[in-house]
This record gives sequence, C-alpha cells and structure tokens, in this order.
Amino acid sequence: MNFEDEDFELREIQRLEGHTDKVWSVSWKPATGINGVPAVFASCSGDKTVRIWEENSTGSFQCQAVLEETHTRTVRSCAWSPSGKFLATASFDATTAIWENVGVDFECVSTLEGHDNEVKSVSWNNSGSLLATCGRDKSVWIWEVLPGNEFECVSVLQGHTQDVKMVQWNPSMDTLFSCSYDNTIKVWVENGDSDDWHCIQTLGESNSGHTSTVWSLSFDASGDKMVSCSDDLTIKVWTSKMQEWDQNAPWKHVCTLSGYHDRTIFSVHWSREGIIASGAADDAICLFVENNDNEVEGPSFKLLLKKEKAHEMDVNSVQWNSGDRRLLASASDDGTVKIWELVRLSGQKLL
Amino acid sequence: MVSELINANPVVYEKKERRDRGGRAVLDEYAAEPIDQLEIFDILLNGDIKDPEHPYSLEELKVITEDAVDVDDQRSYVRVTFTPTVEHCSMATVIGLCLRVKLMRSLPSRYKVDIRVAPGSHATEAAVNKQLNDKERVAAALENPNLVDMVDECLAPSYA
Repeated sequence: MNFEDEDFELREIQRLEGHTDKVWSVSWKPATGINGVPAVFASCSGDKTVRIWEENSTGSFQCQAVLEETHTRTVRSCAWSPSGKFLATASFDATTAIWENVGVDFECVSTLEGHDNEVKSVSWNNSGSLLATCGRDKSVWIWEVLPGNEFECVSVLQGHTQDVKMVQWNPSMDTLFSCSYDNTIKVWVENGDSDDWHCIQTLGESNSGHTSTVWSLSFDASGDKMVSCSDDLTIKVWTSKMQEWDQNAPWKHVCTLSGYHDRTIFSVHWSREGIIASGAADDAICLFVENNDNEVEGPSFKLLLKKEKAHEMDVNSVQWNSGDRRLLASASDDGTVKIWELVRLSGQKLL
Repeated sequence: MVSELINANPVVYEKKERRDRGGRAVLDEYAAEPIDQLEIFDILLNGDIKDPEHPYSLEELKVITEDAVDVDDQRSYVRVTFTPTVEHCSMATVIGLCLRVKLMRSLPSRYKVDIRVAPGSHATEAAVNKQLNDKERVAAALENPNLVDMVDECLAPSYA
C-alpha cells in the first residue's frame, strides 16, 4: 500500500443487532440516502425473517419493520425493485416472496413457487419488468412482472451442472448472469421477443475463470465491467464491449486479484464511483480501485484498504449505498449488520 | 435408516487409552484458555460420535484419530481429516456433517473449521470435501429434519 492509500479509512458507523441467526444478505432500497431521503435497507437471515432498517435524522439506523411468519426456512437473499415499491425475498423454503411497501408497512402480495428446493438468489432487471431466481435445483427461472401483482414464469434455464448461487441482471441491458457451485458464470439472453432464453457464454476455467464455487458477481455503473468472487480465494474482473449494444459480445477476463482473502470470498459489490468491496469467510472486508498507473497492459486493480476483523465471524454480504455518503452495509454469521463509511482522513474529496 | 449396510463388516479397533491431561491448575480464570489438538479430539470422541450404520464409535472404526486433528489456536483454526471405512462410503458426507455440527456446538464461534476426507480414502474425495465445506449447503442440510435426526442420533450419548 502506498502512502496515499493510508489516507482512506473504513469507519464503523453502527453495529445493528436484532437477527437471531446468521445474516446472509443486505440490500439498499434504490434512491435512498440521497437528496434528503433517509437511507433504507433490508437484511435477511437464517432466523427466517427480513428486517427493514431506516436512517433517522441523526444518521443512525433503526429497525423499522420485521417481515416474519411468511418464510418457513432461511431467507437467503433479498432485492428491491428499481422503483423501491417491492422487495423480493428468496428462501430455502423453495419460494420467493414479493412484498409491497406502502408507507412503513410491508404486505406479502405474491409467492413465487416452482423451484424444487432452496431458492438462493433473486434479482430484478433494470426496468423492473423481469425477475430472475435460482437455486439448488440447478435451474434459473425468469419471471415476467404482470399487472395486479402477478408473476408469470416465462423461462426455466437449465445449463448449470450444480446449484446456482446467484443471479444478477446487467444494469444496462436485459442480459442475465448466473454463477454456480459448478465453478462457472453463465450469460443468458433472449432470442428476439420469443421468451426463449439461451446461454450465449460460459465463463469457466478455460476462459481464465474460477476454479471453485463462484459465490457472487456485480457490475460497474456502465454495465460493461463485471467482478466475481469465489471459493478459490480470488476476485476476477471481466469486461465486454456491451457499450456497443451488442448483447452477444463475449466477456473476457481482465485480471485476477489474489492473496487478499485467505478463506472463501462470499460477496463482491461495485460502487457507482468504481470501488469494489469484498467480504469473506476470513471476517475481513477489502476495497479495491482501478489502478491507472499502468495503462499499457490494460486495466488493473489495487487494494485500497483491508479491514481485518470487520465482523466476529464470516462476512456474507457487502453492499454500497449509492447515495451521498459512501456507506457500506455488511452482513455476517455473527448475526449483526454493520454500517461503514469510507472517509479520507485528510478531508479531501474521495476520488 | 438404511435398508442395506454399505459396509456390513467393518474392522473394529480397540479404543486407545487416553493420555492423562492431569488436573489443570486454574491460575487465572479470566485468562484465555488455549485449545489444543487433544482437546478437539476429546470433543469429537467424548461425545462418542457413532457411525451412522453401526453401534461402534468413529474411534473404534478408526474413522478419526488424534493425528487427524490440526489445531492452530492462535488463528482460531481447526482442520479434521477423517477416513471413511470404505472407499465408496455414501455415509461420508453424513459423518463429516456430524463432525462439523459437533465442533460448531462445542467450539467458540471465532473458530474456522475445515472438514475433509483423508487423501485417497474416498472415491469422490473432491466432491465430498467441497460439499462439507460449502456453508450454504451445510446450513440447508441442518434445516432438513431427517438429516438433523440422523446427526442427533450420531451425536447422542451412548451410555455405554
């Protein structure tokens, strides 16, 4: 780390207790924490509940609602619709619940059934018209959002040979990405408007991909770069020429970040300003930024800082708020969620 | 539980005499007490984890031995290497799950635990190891009532 980097600090703002089992995932509500709108996020847990947390006028977070008595097993992941009107929650009970947010109330308005067993991840596309889910049954499901809180399954995608850990839509076009226990990332697109989805690329070991379970992936703001993390203890950055609006443009490996975590890396998230956060089973959080020193050999990334002992146990999820402050939420096996703020000790502008 | 035994005639070994740890003098009850290899072995065996198929303990079947426990208390790390009784033992994942649950229930939560089958001891070694160390799969397994019953049965005191 060079001198300049010591200027950055990931400062713990708050440690939130309430869940009674491991916290698996956190998700910030879109367009909160900006323009005077208080920041809001959801957390989900092995205690079968979802908690909604809201920032108060002093900048500290309080639990505003507990969503319970709907899921009967672990709630593995949660995702807000782009409008913030709905929250989708994926559970080991084989269902995905859709909650409508009216004021401070949350009502379960739909339950999506179809997966054989554990649902592990849920993701809304950029317009909120499509939802994707995945699970232990090795399949990825695409659901169309219809009026009246109806959700219709339009496609069931088979291709992964093991359970699918996460699905994530690209932010700039309706291309779906999934990552799996089979060590690969798959890219899925629709054929015209036929509701017929197929895999156009598999990023595996032969494409300089991961050599063990791929747990998570995330996109930069433009959607033409992707970061992934794995049980192989590496973080990989990928790119494609998506900006040319060619959905079929192949994704290529850019670089591999290794040696920063010494146990499974469960979560990566790319902030709007370009900072990659990672959370791992070594209880640590790392932040990375693009290194512009070496433009000849293409983009590379460097460690901005490492927060050892960020939690008392595994860090399962890290998520940046996209608002005014550089807030990062992290979820852990220790049953807590922590809110962090990235600050510069010199008081200079962040980047 | 299983209609046909996977290993009908396992070799049963004598239980080894336990090393005498001696009475531990408590000098400072607030001092962090380091955890060593023998202690982990005691945790795994004093509970008398039984083979899912047989009335014998995992020690009597040499599924685990003291040497198979690596501990680094400074780093809060434990690795247990076990040896299934036969190469195709489909019970290997259940045995591994029992070992993990036993350690989860006994060790401080700061501990990181890796469980694996001994190199060369199982036909699908890599697959078994991967499954045993995927915490999402472990969490899901421990919400399955049938598997939890099986694990609890293995971990139940034998009153022998």
